[in-house]
Amino acid sequence: MSGQSVAGQTSAALDAFVERAAARSTVLAGTGIPTRRVEAWRYTPLRSITEIVWKEAAPLDAASAKNLLDKIAYPANGHLFIFGNGREVTSLSSLPENVLRTDAEAVDPLEDRFSAVLNGALGRDGLSIRVPKNVDAGLLTLATLHQGSAISTHLRHRIVLEEGASLTLFDANVGEGEYLSNPRFDIILAEGARLRHVKHQSEAENAAHLAIINVEVQGNAEYDSFTLNGGGAVARHEVVTTLAAPHALVHVNGVQVVNGTRLNDLTSMIHHAAPDCNSRQTVKTVLSDTAQGVFQGKILVDRVAQKTDGYQMNQALLLSEKAQINSKPELEIYADDVKCSHGATVGALDDEQLFYLRSRGVPEAEARDILVTAFLTDALELVADEALRELLLKGLFS
Amino acid sequence: MSDFLNICGLQARIDADGTPKDILKGIDLDIPRGEVHAIMGPNGSGKSTLSYVLSGREDYEVTGGSATFKGQDLLALDPEERAALGVFLAFQSPVELPGVNNANFLRTAVNAVRRARGEDELDAISFLKTVRAETKHLSMSDEMLKRAVNVGFSGGEKKRNEVLQMRLLQPSLAILDETDSGLDIDALRIVAEGVNSLRSPDFSALVITHHQRLLDYIVPDRVHVMAKGRIIHSGGPEVAKILEKQGYTQFLEAAA
Repeated sequence: MSGQSVAGQTSAALDAFVERAAARSTVLAGTGIPTRRVEAWRYTPLRSITEIVWKEAAPLDAASAKNLLDKIAYPANGHLFIFGNGREVTSLSSLPENVLRTDAEAVDPLEDRFSAVLNGALGRDGLSIRVPKNVDAGLLTLATLHQGSAISTHLRHRIVLEEGASLTLFDANVGEGEYLSNPRFDIILAEGARLRHVKHQSEAENAAHLAIINVEVQGNAEYDSFTLNGGGAVARHEVVTTLAAPHALVHVNGVQVVNGTRLNDLTSMIHHAAPDCNSRQTVKTVLSDTAQGVFQGKILVDRVAQKTDGYQMNQALLLSEKAQINSKPELEIYADDVKCSHGATVGALDDEQLFYLRSRGVPEAEARDILVTAFLTDALELVADEALRELLLKGLFS
Repeated sequence: MSDFLNICGLQARIDADGTPKDILKGIDLDIPRGEVHAIMGPNGSGKSTLSYVLSGREDYEVTGGSATFKGQDLLALDPEERAALGVFLAFQSPVELPGVNNANFLRTAVNAVRRARGEDELDAISFLKTVRAETKHLSMSDEMLKRAVNVGFSGGEKKRNEVLQMRLLQPSLAILDETDSGLDIDALRIVAEGVNSLRSPDFSALVITHHQRLLDYIVPDRVHVMAKGRIIHSGGPEVAKILEKQGYTQFLEAAA
């Protein structure tokens, strides 16, 4: 990883951040909000973020939290854990049996990643849990809710799965108003553990979302993630994952459905640091109006990581001539015995398919939705949990 | 002139890489309610274009003439409105829809048309019952309902799927665009039976074909010969037999 630091402009927003962070951290002092000259943010301008003086948020009461959560489809079963405006909504939150709450711990600052830097300066404890050895903790819905004006939250979550443990995490993000959600997840999966991380990002249309997910995957462990990026004015889902021991398996899949003037971004770094590991990535983006989509996917294969099997596919469907996709696949390979394939496509709806559906009586708008869903199907099928897949399907065009 | 399908002086062109190309040069055709008409003609005569123009494909520009169906200006309607009104086009090359489940597709189409015709939509169970009865009748496997629309279907399976759609959507005017191309004799029979099973005083069909063979199974009331964008001869079923024996030459010469 390059040691390039985040450089950029100062602004009222940054000053406010620095002031808020001053008591706890000096991380932000001397840095700036990245401009488009910073390669990692070239396609994702943070202009809208620099224009607002983000304040600390007041906690959200249980009734408001429930109302917000009901705006999206979430699992009726399993346990629910809610953060409203950055604070735990205790009356509505519970954890599966056998899951232990732990103290926060020091983490890799990831200082070349702005979302992590910002979280590092302003972060507040989120959910820190540990699933003990060989425990299947079932399903946990983690809801991150916001309501207000010019507020920002910077939650820090830590999820540790011990050997052979498993957990399914439904990561729901929804809100109302103008806010910045900047959560960080540190996820550690010990030998043979498995985390299914299914995320629905459905932030308000004036919201910003800068999530950073830092994952360490040990031998025979599996990080199986899927993200539906479908909201926010500017939203980046950023994954940094290390396959740290042989036979680790990582999926960083996703679908982005972007309309209006919104921008959604999926950025990932999949680092093969051990031999015999396997990574899979399928990301599909559908864009309409003047929306913009960004995919930046890097696969880094260390010299020791022989027999790496890496696959990356990203495809975009443009429904409007004014929509834009910026796609940047990167492979950096130092081992000589690896299998890494990648592909990228950009296309429009097929007129012939559209006519076929319409000639069968299907109205044009419905025919378009059918073809868009069909485009997304092979990505959505990667959500192994059928019930969660159905929930995401409901959220596709909402 | 009937009050069913009436085509008058129809002209249409397509944009061929920037240069407009006239394909239909004044088609006059009248198909009364309850009749089956066939159009035969050499390659490039405009037969498929006519079927696309009547079903509403946007690639073609109508430059003159009219087409009315059940008293409505057919050319002013969207393809889905034409389908609701009773027009069905059986495609020469049925389109593949990867990622679209065939059963869901069929149900969506049936319910869209029912909605537009002011009928109640079918729920999943009654739809399944209806579709099962039809697939059995067409010797189609249930497997074909579970697959993506036309994806990986053989030529014969695709045509069966077209006939299935036609049976389910219950059109009053079916246009078969060389549905017989590439079909073996069994598949040909199935297509023909599909059309014949719908024959009634309220059902008409326009059968576009190269070969007389299909017309052995779907016996037409009228046969029209088309060449260079015009109907150059019309007659009874015997016209197909003459074409089969003697080719298009005499009609082309007579029209010249």
